[in-house]
Amino acid sequence: MSGRDTFGSRREARAAWAFLAPALLTLLVFFLLPVLLAFVLSFTDFDLYAVGDPGNARWVGLRNYADLLREPLFWRALRNTLLFAFLGGPLTVALALGAALLVNAPLTRGRRFFRTAFFAPVVATLVAMAVVWHALYHPRFGPIGHLLAALGLPRVDWLGDPRFALPALVLLAAWKNFGYTMVVFVAGLQGIPEELYEAARIDGARALQRFRHVTLPLLGPTFSFVGVVTLIGYLQVFAEPYVMTPEGGPLKSTLTASLLMYERGFRWWSLGPAAAIAVLLFVVVLAVTLLQLRLQGGEGA
Amino acid sequence: MRRVRWSSVLLHAALLVLAAAALGPLLWMVSASLMPAGEASALPPRLLPSAPTLAHYRDLFGRLRLGRALLNSTLLATATSVLAVVLNALAGYAFAKLRFRGRARLFRLLLALLVVPAQVAMLPLFLLLKQLGLVNTLAGVVAPGLASVFGIFLVRQYALSIPDDLLDAARLDGAGEWRIFVSVVLPLLRPILVTLALFTFLATWNDFMWPLIVLSDDARYTLPVALANLSGEHVLDTELMMAGAVVTVAPVLALFLALQRYYLQGVMLGSVKG
Repeated sequence: MSGRDTFGSRREARAAWAFLAPALLTLLVFFLLPVLLAFVLSFTDFDLYAVGDPGNARWVGLRNYADLLREPLFWRALRNTLLFAFLGGPLTVALALGAALLVNAPLTRGRRFFRTAFFAPVVATLVAMAVVWHALYHPRFGPIGHLLAALGLPRVDWLGDPRFALPALVLLAAWKNFGYTMVVFVAGLQGIPEELYEAARIDGARALQRFRHVTLPLLGPTFSFVGVVTLIGYLQVFAEPYVMTPEGGPLKSTLTASLLMYERGFRWWSLGPAAAIAVLLFVVVLAVTLLQLRLQGGEGA
Repeated sequence: MRRVRWSSVLLHAALLVLAAAALGPLLWMVSASLMPAGEASALPPRLLPSAPTLAHYRDLFGRLRLGRALLNSTLLATATSVLAVVLNALAGYAFAKLRFRGRARLFRLLLALLVVPAQVAMLPLFLLLKQLGLVNTLAGVVAPGLASVFGIFLVRQYALSIPDDLLDAARLDGAGEWRIFVSVVLPLLRPILVTLALFTFLATWNDFMWPLIVLSDDARYTLPVALANLSGEHVLDTELMMAGAVVTVAPVLALFLALQRYYLQGVMLGSVKG
């Protein structure tokens, strides 16, 4: 029997590696290897001449990093990227939680309609939505300006004013993405046992107290998940500024790390310095993820 | 009873405001795309076209040749979905149900890759594709989307629920692992494979940065790249741009509406901690 077992498991292991091979090889060649090479690339002066013949690239050690850290434009891009993520993340999560509570309320009718409505922007092509919001934001003719004027608020040159351009992109992103997070929250809410609310009610807890002491703590793992996913996504922001605010926007107020990497790498063909930007972006994403997980872990414990 | 009625009114008012905010931009896009040129910028503003026209759509598919991009996007998203389903289904099943040494460690390693931004790989990947002669081809756009950690994860989570007894019974009957996969496992995985195909199709269709980098010839542009390019020249032709946005969005929105159940299931399954 044991002989058959080892035979069986050896056969199984062989099959496993055969089944894994296509996916793992693809990931290795088209993802893992390029990621490792990005580090190598970032230590070279790889440029247009090297694109023609890689032999022209030279090792420059940490020079690309040193140059970047001295460059105000890089810090500007990093600041904008972090601002985008840390404005957009909380806004998206808050909107999503609000929408989830509304959709999930026992009194709500037409749940499916509302869920679909909130989710529609998520599947809509980002570039197309950036084109639409560009028109919505038009300082004279845009519907958002008309709406604000109707409410007695001043008109704003959303995309042309360095104070408002980045927040305008954040609004678009929050609008586009909150439906995804909402669905995750609804699943989390439905996982909270009804008895807990019942018990809290018997103890005399009012709706707000039940929310604070039952709903929020039990959504802890969900918060941690959506927090990390949203922040990682937002730190890579590219299409919104590329489409809506060409050349990094007014006073470079919407230049992001990804955009800077794209310009250096694929417009100027300075692939070495661009790779250094990519690596630094990676470091930022990693740091933010670890920080977020630690914060959430501490809270949950 | 009275209080319940009031809270119900408030609740639905809030829901309607939020729904209007979510759908407003999409509805305005459709309406403006049907307006005669210049009407979207009229003062006082108009919500609906005075005389609906398809002129901008004719312009897009005639003079501006957006039909090519539509075809490219369709081909690209279809091919990527089919191949991604095959690769990720095989790997996801292996991680869930086949026992081999180092399985847990390898899977954790894959999950760790999720924190690496795609941008990090792009520069070397471009150089690699250049060596392979795949720059400016649809194959070059497809390549990095074939296998995905998320796709493997999705299939694995679902496949965990397949009972081992079922597989062992098939083994006792003398079926090989490949036979078992094709005739026992695949039918059971069907719902999650639909989900995965849908996810991949939408993600490929909507992707922008990578096709922008790889494709240099406008005959090969995908819809988002063509649209972004168009907006550079026609940013002031609001009605035309809205028609372009409709053409880009309509296929994926329709697909989502038709297969919504599968999509949302994937979102929820993807958010469960392994």
